[in-house]
Amino acid sequence: MRAQYPSQTVGPFFAFALVREGGNILVDEQTLGERITLKGRVLDGDGEPVDDALVEIWQADAHGRFRHPADPQYAQADPHFKGFGRSGTTGEGFCFQTIKPGPVPPSPVPCIAVRVFARGMLIHAVTRVYFSDHDNTQDPVFAGLDPVRRQTLVAQRCELPSGVVYRWDIRLQGEGETIFFDL
Amino acid sequence: MSEAGHKGVLDWSIQPPYLHAPYVATVRRAPHHPLVPLAASLMERTGPVYGEGDIGPLDHDLTKNAAKNGEPLGERIIVTGQVLDENGRGVPGVLIEIWQANAAGRYVHKNDQHDAPLDPNFVGAGRTLTDEKGFYRFISIKPGAYPWKNHFNAWRPAHIHFSLIGRNFSERLVTQMYFPGDPLLEYDPIYQGIPNTKARSRLISRFDLETTQPEWALGYRFDIVLAGYDQTYFEPGGH
Ligand SMILES: [Fe+2]
Repeated sequence: MRAQYPSQTVGPFFAFALVREGGNILVDEQTLGERITLKGRVLDGDGEPVDDALVEIWQADAHGRFRHPADPQYAQADPHFKGFGRSGTTGEGFCFQTIKPGPVPPSPVPCIAVRVFARGMLIHAVTRVYFSDHDNTQDPVFAGLDPVRRQTLVAQRCELPSGVVYRWDIRLQGEGETIFFDL
Repeated sequence: MSEAGHKGVLDWSIQPPYLHAPYVATVRRAPHHPLVPLAASLMERTGPVYGEGDIGPLDHDLTKNAAKNGEPLGERIIVTGQVLDENGRGVPGVLIEIWQANAAGRYVHKNDQHDAPLDPNFVGAGRTLTDEKGFYRFISIKPGAYPWKNHFNAWRPAHIHFSLIGRNFSERLVTQMYFPGDPLLEYDPIYQGIPNTKARSRLISRFDLETTQPEWALGYRFDIVLAGYDQTYFEPGGH
């Protein structure tokens, strides 16, 4: 066995390399599925917005298929949806234009994988986001989590004239601290 | 960092903790709750796949990819190595993105206020994919050390930031590559945040005469071991 290499912080100056124009837009005109905006803030232990974090998401397409060869349904995955997005948190926080993923068996409800990087984090944090309009207790992972703390993983659906927005804040520390996973 | 019995991807005897008080910014950003063990589902065993079409011909050459009217100033370097998994197998198709300060220790980022000159011919960002055996190669200039405000007279050792996206969501690493013999490493709370000396020293690249090109550039070798779920292992039905 080889020893894995240690992580170091992404630092404050990553945006010019990692945050590309359109990197937070996962859809094109032909992508299948319900268009949603997933947005929120990353908050520190004082409840202050962190304006130099990087948020990455990974998700299935509208039918719950991943565009990756480990998915048995890879060949049927939506060719107009890669499923990966990145957003910086300058100003308003993070924001993704994507679709509501389909549920991936054996879970009957959808969710999205999330990773957070920031100055002041020597290593990233892994979490998940679920959706407020589903019975998430049917999900095998969600069901096993602390019933109070797991609410930190649920994005709230808002139907606005401009479209469907799911609001979800990531709290790094303190009251309402988001559940982070040891993957 | 999490419950005993869960064998996660990350080895916490090697990985830095969230809270490392000498690095002041960790104090308000470190989660207080222990991490919750997560048995990877299909979601964590898949991830974005990159191909040659995602990479431009000059993306790996930071001395050319932002040149306007000449070459960037500084000491030209070649940084090369192999990305391996924990079984020592080369990992192909890894997207490696790097970013760095210029030779004077200044980033192009708008929030970098260090009083050192920008270089009109250098941005300091590059990307490449590992080949079928896991090898990669960048051409750049040696970054300068730069001051930061963590504590009085704080200077970051010269470093290149590395971001690696491997074969699935679990295979992900953001780290920094350092240079041999840098006296600032001893004083750097980011480098010292790694819990053991042996693990720390792995982030120091090795000067390599074989990579060095006569009359042209110094060579540094930096292999990287990437933890993650083996993509060949997959339980049908997920979870
Ligand atoms: Fe840096």
